[in-house]
Order: sequence, then C-alpha cells, then structure tokens
Amino acid sequence: MIIASNVTKQFGKLKALDNVSTTCNKGECIALIGPNGSGKTTLIKSILGMVVPDSGFITFKDKNILHHWQYRDEIGYMPQIGRYPDNMTIGQVLEMMKDIRNKKAILDEDLINSFSLQNLLNKRMRTLSGGTTQKVSAALAFLFNPSVLILDEPTAGLDPVASEILKEKIIAEKEKGKLVLITSHILSELDDLVTRIIYMQEGKLIFHKSIEALREDTGEEKLSKAIARVMTK
Amino acid sequence: MKKIVKYVITDILRNKIVLVYTLFLLVSSFSVFSLEDNSSKGLLSLLNIILIVVPLVSIIFSSIYVYNSAEFIELLVSQPLKRKTIWLSLFTGLSTSLSIAFFIGAGIPVLIYQANMIGFTMILIGLLLSIIFVAIAMLATVKTRDKAKGIGAAIMLWLYFSLLFDGLVLFLLFQFADYPMEKPMIAISAFNPIDLSRILILLQLDVSAMMGYTGAVFKDFFGTYAGIIFSFAILVLWIVLPVWYAARKFNTKDL
Repeated sequence: MIIASNVTKQFGKLKALDNVSTTCNKGECIALIGPNGSGKTTLIKSILGMVVPDSGFITFKDKNILHHWQYRDEIGYMPQIGRYPDNMTIGQVLEMMKDIRNKKAILDEDLINSFSLQNLLNKRMRTLSGGTTQKVSAALAFLFNPSVLILDEPTAGLDPVASEILKEKIIAEKEKGKLVLITSHILSELDDLVTRIIYMQEGKLIFHKSIEALREDTGEEKLSKAIARVMTK
Repeated sequence: MKKIVKYVITDILRNKIVLVYTLFLLVSSFSVFSLEDNSSKGLLSLLNIILIVVPLVSIIFSSIYVYNSAEFIELLVSQPLKRKTIWLSLFTGLSTSLSIAFFIGAGIPVLIYQANMIGFTMILIGLLLSIIFVAIAMLATVKTRDKAKGIGAAIMLWLYFSLLFDGLVLFLLFQFADYPMEKPMIAISAFNPIDLSRILILLQLDVSAMMGYTGAVFKDFFGTYAGIIFSFAILVLWIVLPVWYAARKFNTKDL
C-alpha cells in the first residue's frame, strides 16, 4: 500500500533519513522503533507529505504522493503533540474537521464515546490538559474510518484506562484489515499489538521483519528484551 | 478553500487585538476630524497616522498570527487539502479581517467627513496597504522558521519601508544633486508601497505645490490617469509577487 524508495532527507548537517526503502501492506500493524532522533517522525511526516524528501519517492496505492494530495483522505494521523487553535472548543474542532473532510461516509465515533468527549464539547482547546488533547487527536484520527492509521506515540500522556481503550481500538481496526503504523517507546504495550517491526537508527532503516522472525533471531519472547538485544549488539 | 477562510476569520475575530485596532483607528480618525475645522486638513493628519499604523499592525499581527497557528497549519497539511489552498486561505482570512478592521475604523469616519474622490482614494489605499503588509509578513514567516527571527524580520521590514527607505532616498538625492533626479524618483518610489501611497494622496490634496520642482514632475506623472493606473498596478503587484513567491516556498516547506 505504501512504498518508500530510497528516501533521503537532510536537515542542515543532520541526515534525518538515509536511503530508507520499505513496503507497508494492508492488514499489517507496523511498529516503528528506534532511539530518539532516529528519524521515525520524519519518516511518518514524509509519508503524510508534511516533509518533502530531498531524493527518493513514496507511493501510496501506486501513486507518487508528491503531486497528489487526495490520498490523505485515506489516512488518519495522530501527531505526537497535537495542538489546535486555542480559541476553538472541542466541538468546533470536531465540526471543522468533519467540514474539511466533507465525508458522507459513516463516522466512527467510538473513541469520542468511550473517552466521553461529548461532555467536554464546550471546553476550549487552550484549557485542556495534555492527556485530553491526546484523546481529541486520537478521536480525530479514527473518526473518518481511514484505511491507514498513522499514530505517533499514541499513548504518551494518556492515563492507563484511556490507553487501554485506545489499544483495543487499534486492535479492532487492525482486525478489519487496515494498515496501522505506530511509533512508541513503551515497547511492552506493543507486544500484543504489532505484527511487524521497523527498526531505525541514525536515519537508516536497520531492519524490517515480522515479530516472529525477530523473536526467532534474538531468542527472546518479549519485544522489549528482543529490541534491547538488537540495540546492544 | 471557503471553509478554511471561514475558520481563520472566526479565529481572528475572536482575538481581541483586531477589535482594539479597530477601536484605535475609530477613535483617532474621529478625533482628528473633530479637532480640525477643515476636514481636508483632518484627512492629511489621518493620512500620517494611517501610513504608520496600518503597515505596522498588519505586518506584526499577521506574522505573529501565522507563527501561532503553526500547529493548526500542520494539522491542515496532514488533511486531504492542497498546500496552496491552505496558504491562500490563510492569506485571504488575514487580509479580509484586517481590511474589515480598517474599513470600520478609518473608512467609515472618512466617508462621513470626506465622501469625495480623495476620501475614496484614501480608503482604497488603506485597504491595499493592509493587504500588502499581510503579504509581506507571510513572505517573512515562510522564509524563517524561528519565531523570534521571523517577527524581528517583520519589524525590520516595516522600519525599512517607513523610515529607512526615506533616508536612503534623501541620501541618493544629495549624492546626485547635480543630476536631474526627478524622473528616476518616480521609478524609485515604486519600490516602497508606503511612499507610493503617500504621493498618490498628497497629489490629490493639492499640497504638491509645496514640494517644489519634484512635486511638479510628480504631478505631471501621478496626476494623469496613466500615472494613477500605473501606481495602483504597482500596489497590486506588491500583493501578488510576495503572495505568489511565499505560496511557492510553502509548497515545499518542511513542517
């Protein structure tokens, strides 16, 4: 579904992405793992077209994304730190996104209900706590039933109950055959979620393999231990 | 595009700064007109206020607004929207709300006291200046990532257009005092929208007689229809070029 070919991006002297090539298919739940500053977010942003690669290209459903913007209709994106216009209320932000997407398809309001955001609709974005803002971001990412979900540190800042709800939602969407891309540093919660691992370091894609293959290679059952072994190697 | 413009405008109107700006213009224009017994004298004083305040507020408010909505822009870019649409909507929203503020604050008093050709020109020029400086501010913000640097650049640009440019022109005039500089001056004035606006209004106010020979040359050029059309075309160019260039830059900007 998403194919990246030799994507390179440089910020000044720093090579954020160094010749990254990978393929992501339908029905997969892929974890992007790597130390801080290894280029995970840059890769995600390149897929979303927020960062324009210096060389290489990315295709979405066999179309180069460079001059197509409609493909983002099929992506739900939850940013690392979601920030919204300060003066708007949650309700207005939700309405605005519905208005912009202009979708007649059935909306997926599961997360709005399970996070009980309806009770907060009149709250201004500026008064929200970090966790509540994350809930809004998550609800927005899932709202339009996109076929691809890109979640950048989805559970950072969420309370245990909320992150459990979100995890269940991610699993449910994966079962429906959607492609899910997640970055996270909390490896323990990825264990029962992901099917494939992309490991990045200093902008390079070190490996992309299924979780079973990783377990076999390292001989560790737990993802956190397996990754720790890879990192110290 | 219409939708995003709508959201930008409602967001700006909720911001109290634009309201304060409108009130400030309203109070100063009414007081200027009621202080002077002759309303065309009042117009002259108002001109000086407008030429300083309108560019300043437009350029600084727009650059701060664009920086503050960086996250909002990021959110929009991740949605199925064209980047050009986002950028132009932001520009349209900013220039519409600042133009409305100017029209209510200064346009209505001018229409009450001086509803003639000079008054209309003045309103038109105020609106154009508002939009020009929104365009320049957006160019400055797209070029610099750092907020402090970008706002600093916006302030420097305003300083350049309001004060430094005149100093440079004076310097040029003194250096080339032995040569006929009147005609080149017309070309030079095209490089500063504020100067161009001032000349346009002053020539209509018939105070150009006090500007000596240069004033006469200006009158010869800017007094004619061709001259007026030329100056308005230049002012429009001051909007189109920065907006076009900034939109192009924004298209490949990393967010």
